[in-house]
Amino acid sequence: MAEWLRPRHMNEALQLLAELPAEQYQIISGGTDVMVAQQLSAPRDIAVWLDLSAIPELKTVEVTTEGIRIGAGVTLSVLRRHPEVQKHWPMLAASAAVTGAAPIQNRATLGGNLCNASPAADNAPVLLAYAARIEIAGPNGTRLLPYEQFHLGYRQTDLATHELLQAIHIPYLPAGSRVYYRKVGTRAAQAIAKVGIAAWIHFAENQGIIAARFGLSSVAATPCVLPNVSEYLSGKRISNIHESMIREKVSSDIKPVDDIRSTAGYRLEVASRLVWEAIHCAQ
Amino acid sequence: MSVKMQINGQEVQVQAPPASRLLDVLRVELGLKGAKEGCGEGECGACAVLVNGQVVNSCLIPLGQMDGAEIVTIEGVPGDSTLIQAFHDCAAAQCGICTPGMILAATALLAEHPQPTIDEIRWGLSGNLCRCTGYGRIYEAVTQASTGDTHG
Repeated sequence: MAEWLRPRHMNEALQLLAELPAEQYQIISGGTDVMVAQQLSAPRDIAVWLDLSAIPELKTVEVTTEGIRIGAGVTLSVLRRHPEVQKHWPMLAASAAVTGAAPIQNRATLGGNLCNASPAADNAPVLLAYAARIEIAGPNGTRLLPYEQFHLGYRQTDLATHELLQAIHIPYLPAGSRVYYRKVGTRAAQAIAKVGIAAWIHFAENQGIIAARFGLSSVAATPCVLPNVSEYLSGKRISNIHESMIREKVSSDIKPVDDIRSTAGYRLEVASRLVWEAIHCAQ
Repeated sequence: MSVKMQINGQEVQVQAPPASRLLDVLRVELGLKGAKEGCGEGECGACAVLVNGQVVNSCLIPLGQMDGAEIVTIEGVPGDSTLIQAFHDCAAAQCGICTPGMILAATALLAEHPQPTIDEIRWGLSGNLCRCTGYGRIYEAVTQASTGDTHG
């Protein structure tokens, strides 16, 4: 029978992790992706489960003078309802509210959504647009990594074998910031995104764009940013931004594929239109 | 693995592999067959139960996480409860597969929003799929249970 380890502290979890046999363990928190993988396709033979759901340190949300620190084990329901998240980071409250539906959000964690590393992760675009950093705990202490550097390839992350995602840090936005989040799926609840977008646009008082950052899901092997679009927009007034240029830049930034949910052509078209809409409708 | 839970108000001890799905423990080990397996991947809500007051999909919960949990299944909802009465009155069940999950999701919704708007009802039941009754009568039943208004 498989062994079930349920540590109460991060230190204990890290110690256990360091001793686990490679390939034969599974880390679990909310289980909304892991349990599906265990039932569908070819279930893995798992000798040891490392269950992070009973570690109070992973469940804390701290608002500081710099921003917010969200424990990796905080559920999407908590984020959706959190008054400070709603006020200062509304895109995160919005993305948490469209991840699956209520029964999923009651279990699924923000850290789990990132570590599952699906290119369609609903909360990933938001964290990219907000320039979040992630706090990773390992045998030699913790390190902070810009979230943008976390996803290395399809379902591959920067987490080393004996490391755990501990928290997500999001800074406050400067005055003049406007944001836009939208998930495009087959239906409002439960659907996996065909395209998801989060945008942060920093306007000057004269309405010129100082800087802009975008996060997208389902348009490449990983959740991704749009560096060429950001560069194009920097320093421009809205009236000088051309739809054809946006399309060209988006096309150079994303690598969409055809799959069961959509086509590459549709994704490019919709991503371009969503960027255009974000520039004009961000609030 | 031996796990102690409270199910529908009663202490229960279960001996089963830790990665067993709560759904299978309820149906097979404990004979509580109200929770149904629909999709088996957390999309349909037919297996919904309440764990510590929150609506969850029991097909996605490993037994290993349930030590000390308080669980409510449809068998724990009294037959004469306002909600079940409202489902009767509004003819909000046809084949019945989704009904236990709908009623438990509605229970959690009404605990958080005793007078839900139609949007809150849609949201609260958004993780539960119905393929025959249609959502109109189900929403009507939840509204009736919240207001006590019966309409013919």
